[in-house]
Amino acid sequence: MSDQKKTKRRDFIFTASYTLGAVGVGTAVWPLIDQMNPDASVKALSSTEVNISDVQPGQSITVLWRGKPVFIKRRTEEEITKAKQVDLKELKHPEKDEDRAKNPEWLVMVGICTHLGCVPLGNKGEYGGWFCPCHGSHYDTSGRIRKGPAPVNLEIPKYEFVDSNTIKIG
Amino acid sequence: MSDQNYTPKSKLGKWFNDRLPLLTLRAHLTDYPTPKNLNYWWTFGAILTFFLIAQIITGIILAMHYIAHADLAFESVEHIMRNVNYGWLIRYFHANGSSMFFLAVYIHIFRSLYYGSHKSPREVIWVIGMIIYFLMMCTAFMGYVLPWGQMSFWAATVITNLFSAVPLVGESITNWLWGGFAVGSPTLTRFYSLHYLFPFLIFGLVILHIWALHIPGNNNPIGIDVKQPSKDTVPFHPYIVLKDLFALLVFLLLFAFFVFYSPNLLGHPDNYIEANPLVTPNHIVPEWYLLPFYAILRSIPNKLLGVIAMFASIFVLVILPWLDTSKVRSAIFRPLYKQFFWFLVADVIILGYMGAMPAEGIYLLVARVATGYYFVHFLIIFPILGYKEKTLDIPLSITDPILGDSTNQSLAKEQINKK
Amino acid sequence: MKNILKPILLLAIITTISFSSNASEQSKKLLNLEWSFKGFFGKFDRASLQRGYQVYAEVCSACHSMKYLSYRNLVEAGGPEFSEEQAKVIASQYEVTDGPNNDGEMFTRPARLSDNFVGSFANEEEAKAANGGSYPPDMSVLVKARKGGANYIYSVLLGYDDPPSDITLDDGVYYNTFISGNKIKMAKPLSESLVQYSDGTPATEEQMAKDVTTFLAWAAEPHLEARHKLGFRTVAYLIIITILVYFSLKKVWSRIETEV
Repeated sequence: MSDQKKTKRRDFIFTASYTLGAVGVGTAVWPLIDQMNPDASVKALSSTEVNISDVQPGQSITVLWRGKPVFIKRRTEEEITKAKQVDLKELKHPEKDEDRAKNPEWLVMVGICTHLGCVPLGNKGEYGGWFCPCHGSHYDTSGRIRKGPAPVNLEIPKYEFVDSNTIKIG
Repeated sequence: MSDQNYTPKSKLGKWFNDRLPLLTLRAHLTDYPTPKNLNYWWTFGAILTFFLIAQIITGIILAMHYIAHADLAFESVEHIMRNVNYGWLIRYFHANGSSMFFLAVYIHIFRSLYYGSHKSPREVIWVIGMIIYFLMMCTAFMGYVLPWGQMSFWAATVITNLFSAVPLVGESITNWLWGGFAVGSPTLTRFYSLHYLFPFLIFGLVILHIWALHIPGNNNPIGIDVKQPSKDTVPFHPYIVLKDLFALLVFLLLFAFFVFYSPNLLGHPDNYIEANPLVTPNHIVPEWYLLPFYAILRSIPNKLLGVIAMFASIFVLVILPWLDTSKVRSAIFRPLYKQFFWFLVADVIILGYMGAMPAEGIYLLVARVATGYYFVHFLIIFPILGYKEKTLDIPLSITDPILGDSTNQSLAKEQINKK
Repeated sequence: MKNILKPILLLAIITTISFSSNASEQSKKLLNLEWSFKGFFGKFDRASLQRGYQVYAEVCSACHSMKYLSYRNLVEAGGPEFSEEQAKVIASQYEVTDGPNNDGEMFTRPARLSDNFVGSFANEEEAKAANGGSYPPDMSVLVKARKGGANYIYSVLLGYDDPPSDITLDDGVYYNTFISGNKIKMAKPLSESLVQYSDGTPATEEQMAKDVTTFLAWAAEPHLEARHKLGFRTVAYLIIITILVYFSLKKVWSRIETEV
């Protein structure tokens, strides 16, 4: 039987069947994979509104956004000045403070260390900002990495001021 | 059987095959000699294998989103239907897939009965098949409880309550099954666990089922043994693979109709009402494929005897190969057996209808007659037919018709040309 | 011999089918509308869905919750397809309990698109107490939870009538031609011009019943249109590949002699 198969030409019918079959299998497999993607109810929660009216200068709150902690810090004049004075050449990941905090009084950052994902502690570390206890990364008052193994600065999420008392993240 | 002489083409293949002969297995399955006169009733084994795997895959995916707790189960199913990407598709596939699975298994079983595939030397294949069937029914029953609708809850209550019919220890057994004093969340979580487990037991049994089949080889429509493999059989690949694929595609068309255009036709509206222990539905009915057994259960006025009758109706199927005493396999050559076969088909359909009706009045009477006939058919008619029936002459082989009498020659030709 | 069996089998089936029709109770045949969403190519009428939502919001939601729907569903394709702004306004009219806040207290806030529909009652017990001991069922999947589906809901809404002379009704119980048992604890919910449709359609009882039933049918099956669309493509694909495989089958089997 296999000899017959070898000597037979590849007929159109067989090729067409195989091709269409492969297309069908691929199309059928996609829903099985896509179902693991974030579902509609999760995607609907992709933005969070936060009331910041009670946050005092120098104080920081942590909110949950998309399952992750977000630091919202109301910086003092001193912290802002310090952040702006840093020479970009000293930074592992050069970023201007103005680009990270459009409204300099408010710093909004994802509170996950860019090294391996621990939550850094506020008001700690050698640069007046945050310190990650897991492997010793130090972040400054703009959330930029200054010392330690973290490769990049703390992430700034998409956010906007809905009004003077409310920030919408995401 | 050419697989005994199979050698892999590549060195790596040979190295691996010497240690785990998977390539030999593949060659065996590809070359497996299959009678060339099999008709389309033989394609349901492949259809069943497809549906078992499809149900397992869609089931595992549903399990990623479903929550097995009485307070959250119904809601989690709605979450799958509304929020999960393609969740509605996977859920409707799985729910209607179980109906298709049972439709295929009933055709498969009745095909075996008609052509004598349950008879020697295939008794063990039949018994394994019956175990698979029983596990399928348990799996389907537990699966139906999971959405935690009214039917889920009350069908679970009715069926688990049956165990209280056991003398002395009945109530203890029932409370043990429930994990409480009534069907509740503990019942749901253990049913979920077992519903996930059983299909893998079924999968293992299917492998044994096919292995046991490959020893004597397939039966065929005229029920006589293969005489010359080179003339009577074809290699499984590509002949039977293509035939099975074609049949599967046609079956999938029917399936697509249900999933996409009538996904709730085979279900019960009451299961879209959340389970309420304080309100019993007007009519508690199981899914259609369990209706005949439900009818048998309710036809006996005594609770314990009803349970015994229901289990007996399954057990009588298990011992079937020993009840059928005929030396001739295929119903084609057994005119009386053939008639009674159709009586059985009608009987099972009638039992199914009666299972969906209230157990009173004319319905109860018909159910009782049909139950009686069911047992008479297997326990009395089967053995008697084997001894008393005058069978028709059988052909000599699948390809060579019987020499002599022309009516048998044309009969033999007729069977061979029917594909 | 086989010729005798087929008629017997047929007779058995016909007998049982005719029995099954006797099993239903004293209910008239349901009112039957040509719903736009029925059939292989069924779709929802967007305008009807929006009007239906209005009826639900202004009439039914006083007693009936719809807890599995979310305000964002009103925007999604295949449904009423309100704009995001419209849906935000709709959502903001309802108060959702949230919390606890940093003081440990629960508080209320306006609903957002991501919230589920806010019900009128805190729980089932409160709903029952406010409705003479009967729980007005949640309507998320009501159309699928009743035999007859959309036709049944439509019929019940329009099926209120005076009871026949041999039936007396208790206080708070009404006669309905189509509901199972003929007695219902819900007073007739619809009356002429009860709602003023924002698109100007005259709000007759039949119109409101049709629109709200369409809305409920969508609520129960929000992905119906996607399902029909994928169904068409699947069936078309299956037919084509079945034909191709059939010809492959014939070609392969022609290699062996079937002549005896």
